[in-house]
Amino acid sequence: MAPFLVEAAIKSLILVLLLLTGFAYLTLAERKLIADFQARIGPNRAGPYGLLQPLADAVKLFFKEDFIPEYADRVLFVLAPLITLIPTLLIFAVIPFGPELTLFGYRTRLQLTDVHVGVLYIVAVTSISVYGITLAGWASNNKYALLGGIRASAQMISYELAMGLAIVSVVLTTGTLQVSGIVEAQRNGWLIFLQPVAAVIFFITGLAEIKRAPFDLVEAEQELTAGYLTEYSSMKFALFFMSEYVKMIGFGALMTTFFLGGYLGPFVDLYPGLGVVYFTLKVGFLIFVLIWLRATLPRIRYDQLMSLGWKVLLPLSLANVMGTAVVVALTA
Amino acid sequence: MPDGILLEYVPILTLILVGLGIGGVALIAPQLLAPKRPSRRKQLPYESGMIPIGPAQRRFPVKFYLIALLFILFDIEIIFFYPWALQVRSLKTLALVEMGLFVLILLIGYIYAWRKGAFEWER
Repeated sequence: MAPFLVEAAIKSLILVLLLLTGFAYLTLAERKLIADFQARIGPNRAGPYGLLQPLADAVKLFFKEDFIPEYADRVLFVLAPLITLIPTLLIFAVIPFGPELTLFGYRTRLQLTDVHVGVLYIVAVTSISVYGITLAGWASNNKYALLGGIRASAQMISYELAMGLAIVSVVLTTGTLQVSGIVEAQRNGWLIFLQPVAAVIFFITGLAEIKRAPFDLVEAEQELTAGYLTEYSSMKFALFFMSEYVKMIGFGALMTTFFLGGYLGPFVDLYPGLGVVYFTLKVGFLIFVLIWLRATLPRIRYDQLMSLGWKVLLPLSLANVMGTAVVVALTA
Repeated sequence: MPDGILLEYVPILTLILVGLGIGGVALIAPQLLAPKRPSRRKQLPYESGMIPIGPAQRRFPVKFYLIALLFILFDIEIIFFYPWALQVRSLKTLALVEMGLFVLILLIGYIYAWRKGAFEWER
């Protein structure tokens, strides 16, 4: 039991540290890329190519006044960032970053834990962070924050339905709820080719779930100042910011695992370490697409958001599930 | 790894603890490092520089409640799809007929909600 616990603790620590670093440099990458798209230079003062910018930002946030508005619900106001961040981190517990390999003479999987109902676990955990955002909006006692929080929860629950059904198509095709099983089932071909409709629906609903452009109505600056973030400052703001960016990585990781073959790629059986490289490249590409979309697309209207979710994506994903089921049942 | 189906959730607990640690440091550190200079004006809720008008936790449009109700209905139904999706291979036609009936009932409700205008945001 003791070595098992130690392994779990070490893996958790490494995972969180990797995500922290990933988050820090993702903020820089986004600012640099958006600057390139808009023919600007972007941050370039702190270190060569602005590489120390994330560090400077973190230090600055640590020394900013941590401010709680007078009329806010103090307990919920402090808890909300944690309720948003921790479920976001938990997504990564079941994602396989690479195949089984030997590390320092110790055989291990590059996955924190391979839960048997991993897919169900992902669906459950991704839903929890809605609470944090809604509570943040409510506890701030600010009109912008309340509207932003309610908008966020309505948007996220509307798109969760189509996303859940897109994942059902994946489960139908692979016949397993175990995340490593889904990756291994893609040895003969990535699921994006078998389930193109589900992949597109998952991508669109994922954009809405992580509140990225063109679905960033929650933080629509022109209408809501900063939405649920309006009253947050210092490290509490940083925690929300962190969960937003970790969610971007999480979205990339889930899309990669479900549809792009996870860590699979040429020669991955010979050199298992290559799996991590393939996984990182695929996730990196998806995150680049997210930033690209933000630089390209305008924000959609709220009524368009709702009708897209309820009138287009929901019936489409339901039809996709039933169609897949017919094919699976007849060919099994 | 020791056997036992619940043990596979132990690493998730350690991850929660590490997450709480990071969050705790982030929440406590500014208390020690950052200045604290509260003032009457600063304590007011932000409303673009105006003095706030009325309470902030006011009633909000009923449409949001409607969306939440519809979500609960559909989300519970989607949960039924997961065990079914695993059994389609072995139950074949039976699974298709069963789910066909289920989806039919679901569709009647869906069409009803659509005709009643539950999905129209602007009304």
